[in-house]
Amino acid sequence: MDANPSRRVTARPHLPVVLAALAVMVVAAAVLPLGYVIAATIDTGWSTAAALLFRPRVAELLTNTVLLVVVTVPICVAVGVTAAWLVERTQVPGATVWAVLLAAPLAVPAFVNSYSWVTAVPSLGGLSGGVLIASLSYFPLVYIPAAATLRRLDPAVEESARALGATPWAVFFRIVLPQLRVALAGGALLVSLHLLAEYGAFVFIRFDTFTTAIFEQYQSTFNGTAATMLAGVLVLLCLTLLVIESVVRGSARYARIGPGVARRAVPAQLGWRYTPISLLFLALVIVASLGVPIVSVFRWLAIGGWAVWNWDVVGSTLTQTLGFGLAGAAVTCVLAFPIAWISVRHPGRFSRGLESSTYISSSLPGIVVALALVTVSIRYLHPLYQSVPVVIAAYALLFVPRALVNLRAGLAQAPVGLEEAAQSLGVAPLTAIVRVTLRLAAPATAAAGALVFLGIVTELTATLLLAPTGTRTLSMQFWSLSSEIDYAGAAPYALIMIVLSLPMTYVLFNQSKKAAGL
Amino acid sequence: MGLLSGVAVVAAAVLTVSGCSTSSSDDSGGAQTITVYNAQHESLTQEWVNAFTAQTGIKVEMRNGSDTELGNQIVAEGNKSPADVFLTENSPAMTLVERAGLFAHVNQDVLEQVPSQYRPSSGNWTGIGARSTVFAYNKKKLTEAQLPQSLLDLQAPAWKNRWAASPSGADFQAIVSAVLELKGADVTRQWLAGMKDNARTYQGNGAVLKAINAGQIPAGVIYHYYWFGDQAKTGENSDNVSLHYFKNGDPGAFVSVSGGGVLKSSRKQAAAQQFLKFITGQNGQKVLQTGTSFEYPVGSGVTANPKLVPLPDLQAPAVDPAKLNSPQVTELMTTAGLL
Repeated sequence: MDANPSRRVTARPHLPVVLAALAVMVVAAAVLPLGYVIAATIDTGWSTAAALLFRPRVAELLTNTVLLVVVTVPICVAVGVTAAWLVERTQVPGATVWAVLLAAPLAVPAFVNSYSWVTAVPSLGGLSGGVLIASLSYFPLVYIPAAATLRRLDPAVEESARALGATPWAVFFRIVLPQLRVALAGGALLVSLHLLAEYGAFVFIRFDTFTTAIFEQYQSTFNGTAATMLAGVLVLLCLTLLVIESVVRGSARYARIGPGVARRAVPAQLGWRYTPISLLFLALVIVASLGVPIVSVFRWLAIGGWAVWNWDVVGSTLTQTLGFGLAGAAVTCVLAFPIAWISVRHPGRFSRGLESSTYISSSLPGIVVALALVTVSIRYLHPLYQSVPVVIAAYALLFVPRALVNLRAGLAQAPVGLEEAAQSLGVAPLTAIVRVTLRLAAPATAAAGALVFLGIVTELTATLLLAPTGTRTLSMQFWSLSSEIDYAGAAPYALIMIVLSLPMTYVLFNQSKKAAGL
Repeated sequence: MGLLSGVAVVAAAVLTVSGCSTSSSDDSGGAQTITVYNAQHESLTQEWVNAFTAQTGIKVEMRNGSDTELGNQIVAEGNKSPADVFLTENSPAMTLVERAGLFAHVNQDVLEQVPSQYRPSSGNWTGIGARSTVFAYNKKKLTEAQLPQSLLDLQAPAWKNRWAASPSGADFQAIVSAVLELKGADVTRQWLAGMKDNARTYQGNGAVLKAINAGQIPAGVIYHYYWFGDQAKTGENSDNVSLHYFKNGDPGAFVSVSGGGVLKSSRKQAAAQQFLKFITGQNGQKVLQTGTSFEYPVGSGVTANPKLVPLPDLQAPAVDPAKLNSPQVTELMTTAGLL
């Protein structure tokens, strides 16, 4: 324990019972979709399940999905780390501008990216098309934690290595990269989970993965057995990825020993030899991931003219999306709060167990969560069927871990000592929490809410399945128009989704600079 | 300060969202609202809804989806389904719901508006429109002499990588159900195996037409109205495409009947029956004749749009719409590896 009480983070070891109960309820709900898949598998019986699972089509889907992940993730890591290195550790011109632009592709939903690329290059398809679009849409998930970590690395170790004779490349691979391991492992995991869950983007380019096949089965049989079996395989893939990530991450941590404070590293000079090629690389990445979607959307808007701007529909879809986004973000943050509180103030095996469970369930794709909720609500909770609370519940299940990461970081910045000091000055305990702790954690909570809002605006599959009759969100409207090949009509909604997502991406980017890694 | 405004914003959001989607079920006097599970093209049903509401004042809320998705959803919902009316593009989904015993008998005056070959003899649902299977091909890639004589020819190795379809869609699955009904399970299984080897799959008939037009694939099997609809707009997805009608009672000349039915569990039976009566009546069928959907009218003696090949000339095979079996089709296609 620290000698200075105002820096103490953990509280007395006794667990607040109410909060613990709340946390357990949230986690139990989060594990529901996993339970549904397992129960449905057991229900089906082994012989039917085997017949549905061990067939050539599933082998095809498995090959496609595994190849997709195995090819895209290294590309994302390479692009993300290189971009992060150039922006944070070199004197590349315009670094501040590049830094923000490189995070911006997160504001373009992957299915809008796909729609734009298919317009630009109609013959794009298959694995190569899938890898291209996925890499361009998801590399920021590696770039952001890598940049945040590089910013905080202690240069002293690198300088010692140079002094002992290591070449710059050796320093990078032997000193810098290992310290990036946690950030890269987390980023790579996020990319692979997004790849497994992605639906819209791959439909445009006719690339069949498990999620597109589940959706097709759903369209033919609603929540039939084949769909659930495929979902089971998908869940297994996700769990495998989680295990791989924790192995790669390892338990080693890097910290400075000894007196003194870590300096910021001096940015390396690129010189006339490397500056043009670095600028070219960064420009190429931005043009491909941001330029193509924006130009395509504007081109379609120009082709469509004012006729595609049906203001009634635009207004109502925007209102509904904003409503769902804000309500969903609020509910998710509230639900994640007990878990975050316990893991920061009372760390231990219980809190680790809670966190791991939410992490496992969040790795499930939206369609699996939606199928589970549909079945549960039809059979057991009928009044809730096709109602707004179920949609919000789906969003919460999908996005609690995203909120959790930021909430934890925020609460960690609010030491319990300050709260106790407030209490010693005569403030009631609950008021102390609200006025001191919550205030300090507010920026991080805003980032958590922003991240969840971003996820909800671009969410497609769960919304399509669960939305009450008469609901029209931006993503649903975009999807129904582009499915009828009315690309010009879909363009206004793509534009609005991007515009809505940009501020949130900026908030996220800013917050990431204050906390290393995701 | 920030906390209070944050709470206010969130409260407003929750109210907005709950306000947006609950409007339908409270008809306190005044205008009624019915819920339609709509698997037809949204634009067509919207035209019907607009005209119907203008004529009767009854409002309609649509839940859009595909035939089998909504059909299976209704079956899963059982007699607690919120749907009042179910409209489809093809008949297998109607048969699915009928076999689950969820349809109410259609009123006699509605049934009398539609000839008997476009509705099942049970009277539990009725046809509301029809569409013809066609073989669409790129004029520059295929000559008339190279066109297949029958739909079943497409399983031959000569057609490898030369035709496309959208097997995940209810439209194509209806065509497969016609093959199943006309030729039996063995022939269908063989044909589907051939299709798995030969055909390129797309998501949606519109995507198939677009690909044929762009020359990415020489031909495909879709429904007729996609071509006419695109021609009536800009033609950018169909100018290079010609349609070939199989005729001669071949499975490829299958005319699929779009269906409409009233749910037994509906609490607005009268309004629901009124909606069906409107669709199959003069005004509703005229929407098919003069509108932009280019599907075939079936009711009230209304003739098709003059641009289309007249229904009798299509020489479609005689298929009882009530006998088309979608679960078996799904099973066959899953076994063939198409789903």
